Amino acid sequence: METIIIQLLNGLDKGSAYALIALGLTLIFGTLGVVNFAHGALFMIGAFCAVTLNRILTLSHTVIDETQTDFLGNPLKVEVPYVNGIFGEEMGAFIIDWNVPLAIIFAIPIMVAIGVIIERGLIRHFYKRPHADQILVTFGLAIVLQEIIKAFYGANPIPTPAPDAFRGSFDFGVLLGFDPYTVIYPYWRLIYFIFSMIIIGAVFAFLQFTTFGMVVRAGMADRETVGLLGIDIDRRFTIMFGIAAAVAGLAGVMYAPINSPNYHMGMDFLVLSFVVVVVGGMGSLPGAVLAGFLLGILQSFASMSAVIETIPGINQVVIYLVAIIILLTRPRGLMGRKGVMED
Amino acid sequence: MSKTNFTRRGVLKTGALTAGGLAMPTILTAASHAGFTNAPSGGTVTLGFNVPQTGAYADEGADELRAYELAVEHLNGGGDGGMLSTFSSKAIDGTGILGKKVEYVTGDTQTNSDAARASARSMIEKDGAIMITGGSSSGVAIAVQGLCQDAGVIFMAGLTHSNDTTGKDKRANGFRHFFNTEMSGRALAPILEANYGSDRKAYHLTADYTWGWSQENSMKTYTEALGWETVNTVLTPVGAGDFSSYITPVAQSGADVLILNHYGGDMVNSLTQAVQFGLRDMQANGKDFTIVVPLFSRLMARGAGENIKGIFGSTNWHWSLQDDASKAFVKSFGTKYGFPPSQAAHTCYVQTLLYADAVTRAGSFNPCAVVEALEGFEFDGLGNGPTLYRAEDHQCFKDVLVVKGKDNPTSEFDLLEIVEITPRDTVTYPVDHPDFQGGSLGSCNAGA
Repeated sequence: METIIIQLLNGLDKGSAYALIALGLTLIFGTLGVVNFAHGALFMIGAFCAVTLNRILTLSHTVIDETQTDFLGNPLKVEVPYVNGIFGEEMGAFIIDWNVPLAIIFAIPIMVAIGVIIERGLIRHFYKRPHADQILVTFGLAIVLQEIIKAFYGANPIPTPAPDAFRGSFDFGVLLGFDPYTVIYPYWRLIYFIFSMIIIGAVFAFLQFTTFGMVVRAGMADRETVGLLGIDIDRRFTIMFGIAAAVAGLAGVMYAPINSPNYHMGMDFLVLSFVVVVVGGMGSLPGAVLAGFLLGILQSFASMSAVIETIPGINQVVIYLVAIIILLTRPRGLMGRKGVMED
Repeated sequence: MSKTNFTRRGVLKTGALTAGGLAMPTILTAASHAGFTNAPSGGTVTLGFNVPQTGAYADEGADELRAYELAVEHLNGGGDGGMLSTFSSKAIDGTGILGKKVEYVTGDTQTNSDAARASARSMIEKDGAIMITGGSSSGVAIAVQGLCQDAGVIFMAGLTHSNDTTGKDKRANGFRHFFNTEMSGRALAPILEANYGSDRKAYHLTADYTWGWSQENSMKTYTEALGWETVNTVLTPVGAGDFSSYITPVAQSGADVLILNHYGGDMVNSLTQAVQFGLRDMQANGKDFTIVVPLFSRLMARGAGENIKGIFGSTNWHWSLQDDASKAFVKSFGTKYGFPPSQAAHTCYVQTLLYADAVTRAGSFNPCAVVEALEGFEFDGLGNGPTLYRAEDHQCFKDVLVVKGKDNPTSEFDLLEIVEITPRDTVTYPVDHPDFQGGSLGSCNAGA
């Protein structure tokens, strides 16, 4: 029982990341009809927003401390961050410690801007081209973005810890009446799950309860008619691309403490997120979220040692197996709509 | 419009013939004349440094490259000479190798055997490298060692810790200065017993390639000899990133020790996540749960931060050693780069010096002469005390360090403390040790 609960929890954080990326992918596909292979790269750039903010906050000047020596016996050079000088030592340390949550605020405008630039600068030229062209150009864009990050930050993962207050873990077992230490779950992963639920809720609320969202939904259903009503649907769709980029970026920012960001992390998620979109049903937002969590949890259960011992390697392929089964039985995915990608 | 008689095919044919004709004298004079691959002509000799510049072991690779550059500088008479002054053999004197200025080319192994072989082949065939050195992964080292054997150049292995490198996959042209998993097991077991007792249950997470298997096998052998029980062993893919699904079952497995047979970025991630999942705070079987990392390095310690405190492991060398050789190396490396060298940097620097010394003593770059000069070579003054390059398997035998993550580091480099220097005799195993059987050195290959 404990094992099942812990794998369920484990699946939730992975599922959260899949769901957030798949949500963005579906938003872009549903509004613009573009299959965006650069979406994983946007997730990665989000994580690097946290790294960048950390670099900015820890910009330092060198102070020579004559009382201590370094490993060569010379007076110790101490790096003092500028924020310590501005806000005082205690506050400076606190700001640096809370780098990742602060990076959320930092990342939103950057990601929206990147999204809008990509859409206006590149992707809009490919609206009328076949899906294969769109896939090629966005995949190429993903590689370019990766290489830019690699050139600036190197190829190594960069540890980006969560604030001190969230570094421990939570003993779910005790809460549920099990022995201590049977169901342990790190605080940050819990926060990641809650955060993703908030973002998903916010996106749905935005689409459901605002006029902007209503127009976008109308545009997704029938772009031409909305245009005939005199509404500039293109501009709204551009903004939606920016929002989708921000969702992927925020997923990346919050993921940084779970797995140290590296330039390649987006690709690892991209392929799985596409499977999630297809399983959920192309163009279906609830489908993307549902399939994200479902496949995350499934992958987690497949990683249980009892399962791996029975079927070695199943944890690597389970998602694809399920995708095959679902596509065979429900060709439109779990919640796919009729007519999407069927022309 | 003028009409010419050139045809595409004709131009290609003529071009190929001309190129072949031009290359012929070079092939005849350089390679076959001297009787070995890439015999240096002119005033320079080229070494090939093949290190991971990307991938899970890229930190190690970057430090290896720094060490190689420093070694080349010292061999050419630059800098303060580093360990040249402490090395027991006085054959090399800072005038290059056999009077030839040392130059180098670099390659990126990408921590991938195929990429490593491709870059090594390119350095041998295109750049004329006479010796290949490097690799921060045993899978890569074994692959490149085989390639060098076939190509007829010497391979001086960098950081490679699997028994197989000088065990079943040993080659006459390959030499390893770094220690191996058998030595780690021998050195660590007494310390683990002294600190954790002989009634323990161990759970292994193991990197799924030659080094991981070798490390797991050695740790199992020596911990089971102490009376420990092995509860489970689980293989994890290299570069897995998120190890949570492998770590969560540990808490319910009945184990009270987690042995992480991971290295580099993988170890940083798995250890960090093991700590995040509360393993170090929990009690199992009435004991404090503990983690062991059999192969440690300072670079990993820095990546893992606070999580490494109090954790035991073994290492080939550490910058805080106080012998003259280590101090000289730390001084020249630290002055040039601003931080102390890693164990990877140390072994690579030493291997370059050992190669240069062997060539000088042999009086020839011929790989077979170098092999003869290195086999059975006894030396000192390179940071690990008296050391033997055993002739039978081309493995160095020297002291091994058992280290522990420091509780109160005084600087960002001061992360490991040396718990014990295990003497060479304790870690020396017989030539016919069963874990090292299944292959033979063969005979040296001088190539062309």
